[in-house]
Amino acid sequence: MADAPTPQAGKVQALFHWLDERAGLSTIWRTIFARPVPKTNWFYTFGSATLILALLQGFTGMLLTVYYVPSPDKAYDSIQYIMNEVAFGWLIRGMHHWGATLLVVLVFLHMLKAFFVGAYKYPREMTWLTGGVLLLLALVMGFSGYLLPWNQKAYWATTVGTNIVGAVPVVGPLLLRIVRGGQEVGAVTLARFYGLHIWWVPAIAAAVIAIHMYLIIRIGITAPPDRDE
Amino acid sequence: MAELEAPSAEETTRRKFLSGLIGVVAGLVSTLAAIPAIGYLISPGLKRAAGGNWINLGPAASVTPGVPTPFKWTRQVEDGWVKTVQSGTAYAIQLEGQELKVLSDVCTHLGCRVVWNQERQVFACPCHEGFFAADGRVISGPPPKPLNVLPYRIENGQIQIRLEA
Repeated sequence: MADAPTPQAGKVQALFHWLDERAGLSTIWRTIFARPVPKTNWFYTFGSATLILALLQGFTGMLLTVYYVPSPDKAYDSIQYIMNEVAFGWLIRGMHHWGATLLVVLVFLHMLKAFFVGAYKYPREMTWLTGGVLLLLALVMGFSGYLLPWNQKAYWATTVGTNIVGAVPVVGPLLLRIVRGGQEVGAVTLARFYGLHIWWVPAIAAAVIAIHMYLIIRIGITAPPDRDE
Repeated sequence: MAELEAPSAEETTRRKFLSGLIGVVAGLVSTLAAIPAIGYLISPGLKRAAGGNWINLGPAASVTPGVPTPFKWTRQVEDGWVKTVQSGTAYAIQLEGQELKVLSDVCTHLGCRVVWNQERQVFACPCHEGFFAADGRVISGPPPKPLNVLPYRIENGQIQIRLEA
């Protein structure tokens, strides 16, 4: 990548060199992709797999917002429209639906590997902790997204799920009303879960992922422990 | 250029082959992902609304010969996930020595609704003073074409029309 262009280098190389000189493209490449890593194994791909799947969830989610309407009288109908009328709507929604489950599984496997190889130890405590926050955010995404289809399962799962908040001593009932935006799961709940699902959690998750990645690039990753260790 | 240790620019090294392979696979995957995504985004625009069903206007017997008779019609329209009721007026006219004609009340200028004015014997458009004769011809004003003639049929003495889209 960082080779100096040879005299016979084509226009593409010349353009790349021009950009590289000004934007430092090859430095970015070396820092992010060509950084030194210890000898690892296939379990180390869970992290990248999680990142790619998270990006895919973002992409399919953005596509779904093109047709989905977060309103009790139209949410279900708009999803029926996506499934039956829009080309590949079944595919996009299916990918988002199954990707959500797979994401939680992958995040968990990734965490299991990090735990197994002791990647949470000094100096990577921050990487471990931000990863823990990301696991929670993945669960919040799963929970808030579960309500959006606005079918019987979604409605009752959210009723039961939010009831848990109500179990907090003293302030429980108040918290429950705040989470639901009212006494019952309804139009306000759907709208705020939608806002949470497409704006707040993804924005926070993007920031935490950025920190997580920065730490990985800065500190590097752990080698798998030796047999004697 | 060619040194013994370093492979020359033309030679295919394992590293070069693998990064090329990654590029090809990435390209294939993005194409595979892009096709459904593009189809998903443009598909509602590619769909043509079906010609529609016959809409009942009213009894053919109630058409006064020589006078455009207004009939109100309504129909169900599917707009994505919203079902709405559309309504409008069509004029049936039976001129002497001519077949029955059903005229749309949509002005051919900019789509306002024309109204039959019995005193002046014209269809008057309220927007830009377009005037049409009883048979739909333009008398004066900006409309470029006569009023649209709607396809109709008579079933059990009822006039039924069909609207495009």
